[in-house]
Amino acid sequence: MTATTALGLLPPFDVSLRSEQAEVRGALTSLLTGLAPLDLDVEELNIVELVVAEILNNIVEHAYPPTWPRSKISVTCKQERNGLHLCIIDRGKAMPENQPPIGMSNPRDVEISDMPEGGFGWFLIQDQAKDIKYQRSGQQNRLDLRIAVALHAHI
Amino acid sequence: MKVSSRIEGDSCIVTVQAERIDAIVALAFKDAVRRATEKSTDVVILNLEQVQFIDSSGLGAIVATMKHFAPDRALHLAGLTPAVEKVFTLTRMDRVFRLFTTLDAALEAQGG
Repeated sequence: MTATTALGLLPPFDVSLRSEQAEVRGALTSLLTGLAPLDLDVEELNIVELVVAEILNNIVEHAYPPTWPRSKISVTCKQERNGLHLCIIDRGKAMPENQPPIGMSNPRDVEISDMPEGGFGWFLIQDQAKDIKYQRSGQQNRLDLRIAVALHAHI
Repeated sequence: MKVSSRIEGDSCIVTVQAERIDAIVALAFKDAVRRATEKSTDVVILNLEQVQFIDSSGLGAIVATMKHFAPDRALHLAGLTPAVEKVFTLTRMDRVFRLFTTLDAALEAQGG
């Protein structure tokens, strides 16, 4: 028995995918399958799926422009007492200004024709995830974050 | 991306026949809805009752569809499942669209 299972926590697990849009759905399914032993409620699972979908979509779309070589993206998921800790690593382009975007703010007061069609992704990530940390080292992007779900779940 | 459409009273109902409106289908979704509403009424009701997951690209596609219809036609949304409604609430887009729990409620609001 490992230290985590002795505490009733889900042992860490990885999901990986190639940096292609077509691989994102499968990676999300694998992630949710990996969380199945925690028997989380549907709202918590949806938050995890949404946050990770936004992160992976942003990576495949922006970190890997058409001329950039495809490579592997890995997602590591670790349960701790204060939630799920996710670490996403890719070898795409660095984030602009070496930091995660804030995303759009309140769109209510603009005209319909000026309504944003993008920028929701990072807004949702920033809104739903905590302790977001981005690091570029060498050719690698590393994003760490925590989602405050599965606080009382145990296997 | 499959959608079906029908006219009922003054409304054109477009039903999304997919469980997800996400990044990989966002463009196809926009195209499908535009094609399905080429001969539509002033009010288009997008029936989302089969949709279990939407991401920001799907949301952006719905916003783009609304902008495509404006100013002559309105886009209302009906049958939002909890996960879909949550994305609209978090991004405050629930204040931009008229949202109805069910298709019937959306039709009633049109006097149909």
